Amino acid sequence: MVTDKSIVQTKYFTFSQPPNELPLESGLKLGPITLAFETYGELNANKSNAILILHALSGDAHVAGMHQGDEKPGWWDSMVGPGKAFDTNKYFVICSNVIGGCRGSTGPSSINPKTNKPYALSFPMITISDMVNAQRFLIDHLGIDKLLCVAGGSMGGMQALQWVANFPQRVRSCIPISTGLKHSPQQIAFDEVGRQAIMADPDWKEGNYYETGQPEKGLSVARMLGHITYMSDQSMEDKFSRKLKDKNYSFKFETDFEVEGYLIYRGDIFVKRFDANSYLYITKAMDYFDLSADKLIPENKTLDSRFLVIAFKSDWLYPPYQSQEIVRLLKSRHVHSSYCEINSTYGHDAFLLEIKEETRLINHFLSNIFKG
Amino acid sequence: MSEEFQTKRLDYKIIYQIIEPGSRVLDLGCGDGELLNFLAKSKNAHVQGIEVDEQAIYKCVEKGLSVFHTDIDSGLRGYPDKSFDYVILNQSMQETKKADFVIQEALRVGNKAIIGFPNFANLRARFMLFFQGKAPITKSLPFYWYNTPNLHFLSITDFKNYCADKNIKILDAFYLGKTSTIRIWPNLLALDAVFVITRRH
Repeated sequence: MVTDKSIVQTKYFTFSQPPNELPLESGLKLGPITLAFETYGELNANKSNAILILHALSGDAHVAGMHQGDEKPGWWDSMVGPGKAFDTNKYFVICSNVIGGCRGSTGPSSINPKTNKPYALSFPMITISDMVNAQRFLIDHLGIDKLLCVAGGSMGGMQALQWVANFPQRVRSCIPISTGLKHSPQQIAFDEVGRQAIMADPDWKEGNYYETGQPEKGLSVARMLGHITYMSDQSMEDKFSRKLKDKNYSFKFETDFEVEGYLIYRGDIFVKRFDANSYLYITKAMDYFDLSADKLIPENKTLDSRFLVIAFKSDWLYPPYQSQEIVRLLKSRHVHSSYCEINSTYGHDAFLLEIKEETRLINHFLSNIFKG
Repeated sequence: MSEEFQTKRLDYKIIYQIIEPGSRVLDLGCGDGELLNFLAKSKNAHVQGIEVDEQAIYKCVEKGLSVFHTDIDSGLRGYPDKSFDYVILNQSMQETKKADFVIQEALRVGNKAIIGFPNFANLRARFMLFFQGKAPITKSLPFYWYNTPNLHFLSITDFKNYCADKNIKILDAFYLGKTSTIRIWPNLLALDAVFVITRRH
């Protein structure tokens, strides 16, 4: 089959070498730090067309295009590329793997240069703000003073908001999708169940499993739970209904229903590509996230950045009211913002799937910012 | 700088003329943003909209407008007092659940409110009700009883009485006929009305 997907490569940038380690929100320090990142399109002469895409919990730097030899493109390929929502004919798109991650950036599975062993739980606790502070070094390294836009869904949306909170002068526009100003007790609760599943697995070994193999059972259960929260009642009915794997019930504790098979399959492929300790660290970072009250914009201050806030009707993990809270906060500070609640049945997954609607909104929003 | 607003809608023309250049304007039920867009471009107004229809939101974003996708009843929460010079409630007030609350909210977040609504006491409406015994269907009330979005039916006199009761000052009033404004017997002859109101201090 002929494919026109352009081949992209992941690049790496290392910084914060001791003794100039990155100070973290916890009070600890981290360094050296490597960030895995990819870029698409060309940076223009006055460096005004750069867009930073931020990934969600299980994402990585590979947002679009194909890696040599891969069968599947990046995780948001339908949105990033020539002529797409984030049009790489016009814009220079950057995406980096977060710190704490396991897809090329420094995280608990990375080798600690002081001990020559994986950090495991000696890796410091990180926050969304720490992730963004690390990305700032990459943006400096690329020579970009002001980003045209920061955009992302779910945890990517949290990072986009955090960029505005940490570096308001360096962001012209922000597109937070399927996200909120803070993690709610329900979101924290789901994360905690996932973490408990991992830590209850005997293979976890207090995080020291890098020589013996990771706690696959626990991580897989965490992922299965995650997938339930990413769908909706309606989307599960549409996708699986009560369809059986075989013709009859097994009358055993086996996989009878397609929905069971799907979740197990999702868990199985996830443990092959994702580190259990990263899952613990990143979900904790999400739970600590809170930009409510005056933390997004300091009291009596306003912002020049423009916002496009997008939510999906059937998203019960990050319900639209949480996006509306962002918009109300922005309105109360006289910040230019638009909000659209897309009518979708896909639940939280919608931000990866409702491409036509998102493209229409983002395309026009960006070109108006770029022009103005 | 302001130019002629080329539109088929007489109510838009009237509202466009009311608003001074450079004003801060919020349109409640802004539709596809035609009026706001023209106010922004030709009168340099700082405009925002609230709209409940998803397709209309896409059209507003295409025009580069700031719009909030929500219903009018809950949309004004969060806006600080006197954020706008004008809050427009044109052909949308009668569709809100709590019209009184929405008007009071409009006068909280705006110095002035522009309220446009169909006149239920129009001659043709009276004729249909009185002689034919039917719920009125007119140019400004073009719906059957079973598909109308209107939740409140009011006349020009009703609105004036409301303003008097609620300590609201009427700054200006425009009465719309088929193609132009009218002056005489508005409660009988006008299809629509546009009021400019403010709070009495």
